[in-house]
Amino acid sequence: MNVQVEPAKLKAKDFASDQEVRWCPGCGDYAILKAVQVALANMGAQPDNTVFVSGIGCAARFPYYMATYGFHTIHGRAPAVASGVKIANPDLDVWVVSGDGDSLSIGGNHLLHILRRNVDVQFLLFNNEIYGLTKGQYSPTSGLGQKSPSTPQGSIDAPVDACTFALGCNARFVARGIDIQAKELGHVFTRARDHKGASFVEIIQNCIVFNDDAFAHFTEKSIAKNSQIIVKHGEKLIYGAASDKGIRVKPGAFELEAVTIGENGITEDDILVHDETNRVLAGLLVAMKPPEMPVALGVIYCDPATPYEQAVKAQVEASVAANGVGDLDVLLRKGSTWTVS
Amino acid sequence: MNLQTDPSKGDTPDGGQILDTDTDSIVVRFAGDSGDGVQLLGGQFAQATAVDHNSLATFPDFPAEIRAPIGTTYGVSAFQIKFGSRMIKTSGDSPDVLVALNPAALKVNYKDVRVGGLIVLDAGSFTERNLKKAGFEVDPRGDGTLGEYRTLEIDISALTLEATKPFDVTQKEALRGKNMWTLGLIYWMYDRTTAATEKFVAGKFGADSPVAQANIAALKAGHAYGETAEVSGDIQQTRVSDVEFPAGEYRLVTGAEALSWGLVAGCRLAGLDMTFCSYPITPSSPILHILSKLKNFGVTTFQAEDEIAAACSAIGASYAGNMGITASSGPGIALKTEAIGLAISTELPLVIVNTQRAGPSTGLPTKTEQSDLFLTVWGRNGDAPMVVLSAQSPADCFEVGIEAVRLATKYMTPVFLLSDGYIANAAEPWLIPSMSDYEPFPVSFRSETEGFQPFSRDDETLARPWVKPGTPGLTHRIGGIEKADGSGNISYDPENHQRMTDLRTAKIDGIAKDIPKQAVELGNEGGKLVVVGWGSTFGPINRAVANMLDAGLDVAHIHIRNLWPLPQNLIELLGSYEKVLVAEMNNGQMLTFLRSQTRQDIDGHLKVTGQPLTIREVQDAIRARVQN
Repeated sequence: MNVQVEPAKLKAKDFASDQEVRWCPGCGDYAILKAVQVALANMGAQPDNTVFVSGIGCAARFPYYMATYGFHTIHGRAPAVASGVKIANPDLDVWVVSGDGDSLSIGGNHLLHILRRNVDVQFLLFNNEIYGLTKGQYSPTSGLGQKSPSTPQGSIDAPVDACTFALGCNARFVARGIDIQAKELGHVFTRARDHKGASFVEIIQNCIVFNDDAFAHFTEKSIAKNSQIIVKHGEKLIYGAASDKGIRVKPGAFELEAVTIGENGITEDDILVHDETNRVLAGLLVAMKPPEMPVALGVIYCDPATPYEQAVKAQVEASVAANGVGDLDVLLRKGSTWTVS
Repeated sequence: MNLQTDPSKGDTPDGGQILDTDTDSIVVRFAGDSGDGVQLLGGQFAQATAVDHNSLATFPDFPAEIRAPIGTTYGVSAFQIKFGSRMIKTSGDSPDVLVALNPAALKVNYKDVRVGGLIVLDAGSFTERNLKKAGFEVDPRGDGTLGEYRTLEIDISALTLEATKPFDVTQKEALRGKNMWTLGLIYWMYDRTTAATEKFVAGKFGADSPVAQANIAALKAGHAYGETAEVSGDIQQTRVSDVEFPAGEYRLVTGAEALSWGLVAGCRLAGLDMTFCSYPITPSSPILHILSKLKNFGVTTFQAEDEIAAACSAIGASYAGNMGITASSGPGIALKTEAIGLAISTELPLVIVNTQRAGPSTGLPTKTEQSDLFLTVWGRNGDAPMVVLSAQSPADCFEVGIEAVRLATKYMTPVFLLSDGYIANAAEPWLIPSMSDYEPFPVSFRSETEGFQPFSRDDETLARPWVKPGTPGLTHRIGGIEKADGSGNISYDPENHQRMTDLRTAKIDGIAKDIPKQAVELGNEGGKLVVVGWGSTFGPINRAVANMLDAGLDVAHIHIRNLWPLPQNLIELLGSYEKVLVAEMNNGQMLTFLRSQTRQDIDGHLKVTGQPLTIREVQDAIRARVQN
């Protein structure tokens, strides 16, 4: 669609709109916004060809702050709108920005379908485990017992894990990052954009007002390195401040366990190598929870398949190839007709 | 274009006597089990009737269940056709002939037959078991139940088995030929040949297949049964003379077909590709089926995960520069409501087809009604005006489909297109138009960067510019939050919200200048009584008014196609009549709607039985209000 003549190398600020950002001071969304803008500049993305689509919620204000095309839609329905955009024009670079309430509660159905259809969009789910814009009610990712204005005695809803849900929907790309880890996020965004098909990225995001420090148990600086593992395809699942911890298959069981290299006779050879095309391994990795296990970050699963909109286009092209470009005057006269003279 | 709407020819009955129904026409209803092939039978008969230059209208009436238990009343499927030597405007009030293929079909339908009408029964199906299943305690053939009618009992089952004996088919397959045997007999009754149906059957099953041969044998046997006068004077062959149709090429068309093709034509005239997004629902699904076969016409179809996603993906497609269209029926439309508000707020073109059915909630999925007027004109949060159009007959759907796309793209607005279950399934002859008769209305997308503002407006139409994402230098953001006039940036300014609300209203109101003035279909402008209708009630109202005019009554017919905005002259026009009667298939929605627009006294003839209005009831309603 869009003829680009030797695009000038853009900077992150070229992706920032002139609108004043209106998130709460200290919100994790600022860091994510910046990371997206930096990543787009580094990837050589063109604002004219980029579309951000969002639903409703704090995260959903994202498109207004991007100097790209943007569509702030209605609660939970961003995946459906984005699917329509992509079907109508597969050449556009489409990003969906959403929150845990938007895409796992009211919009859970649409997230399921955009993932299983494999529409080529980057789906960023900002997970802060709370409803921010409506002032602090518990969300579908809030833990059991979470107190909030609507759960004064604590939540009794079992939470959903975003990445486990995505894998269950047959997503072909599942990654996870943390708002404050700009460099790693940038890497994940680049991989997500390069991936042809639906790319699902969960971003752990701190809500400073209604759910501050919800993730401190694995993001707090002093414990972070021992509570997180950044997975890399083809590399051993080793982590820790001293790079002495690893993930292995527990002997005699179909589960993972965290071990320390050099203890109990464990060597590096015992540690699993990450295979991002292995869906079963991905399922085990995304389910790891501290304190027993580290939280898995990075590209956890990537196994490309034909994107939906390409298959749609192929059917249209096949129909034209087989039948020629349709002539309405012929169509209206197809079948049984009669002439009155 | 549409013969049914053209009262200029052949629809005036002779003399000045009051007619209760048409004279130069015949109404036949076929009824049987939903597995008896009644709809196929009816469709074939309609096709043969059309080719024989009779005017016609059909009314398929089938149960919501796909295959209800055999022999039960709730599994009865029916197909009614009215045909004649003058222009036919409805599928008929009361059948002159009922063909009942089992006791349940008789039970459900016999009371509709006109007194003295003919009932053809498959005697072979009147077993004790079937009678019981149909809820007859006593055999109705012997207890006087059918005393008001002529009956013709034929053991169609046995005759069909006999005719198909030479072929290698199972008894079950053979019995499925009952509909063909019946069709053969009816063809004989109305002097039609079996050739076209033979060709159809051969094409469907393969000319050499035993099933095809058995079906054709049954068809010929039914025809021969009539020919060889085995019916002993109970029925006579009737020749219905030709209608003088205007010259040209014709076809039969259902509302779903004409509507689908009209939308394609509209997109062609606008120079746009269509992205059609829909979720299966009765009776709207045929549009999805038809369009999904037209991918070489610039049509992409998307079966979304639900009604909301269907509307939202259509909006996304329009945002990306295609003509986004979605279709559904009542409950599905209710689900789309929030998304339609988004299209109104972001001022994107969108066409929403509502094939109305009886409600509320699930209601009667396969039965017709026009009770979504409030939903479409008023049923959204906020002040959310949009265009609402309605189709009046199957063929008319083509014209309304084009008009919906024209208004949506010219004014950057969603447009509701109301059809209903009757129009969608019914068929009528159609003088096939030529695309060169239509004036194109090409869309021009904004590409000029100088002075661009996403919510600037065209001076005349008040439409905002349509920009395709991907256009260099025009990046911008839109959304459902209130926008600043011009820039489109988020604005919570009170004055701005007032201004934007006024602008959105003025834009839609202004469309009244771009639509035809309200015409009087029949009768004079001004007088004692006008009957006002909309949608699929056109036929019965038009015929009833024509008959009453012939009877010397001072009555007129006004049919409203543009439900919102209303034609500029409508209210004044209504004021020229002493009495206004709204006839509609709901509990008074147009009635209430018009009362909200005028202080004139208006009353209504209202019906919600899931069945179309009849000519007779409209005539009675007219007679109750005006005398000679």
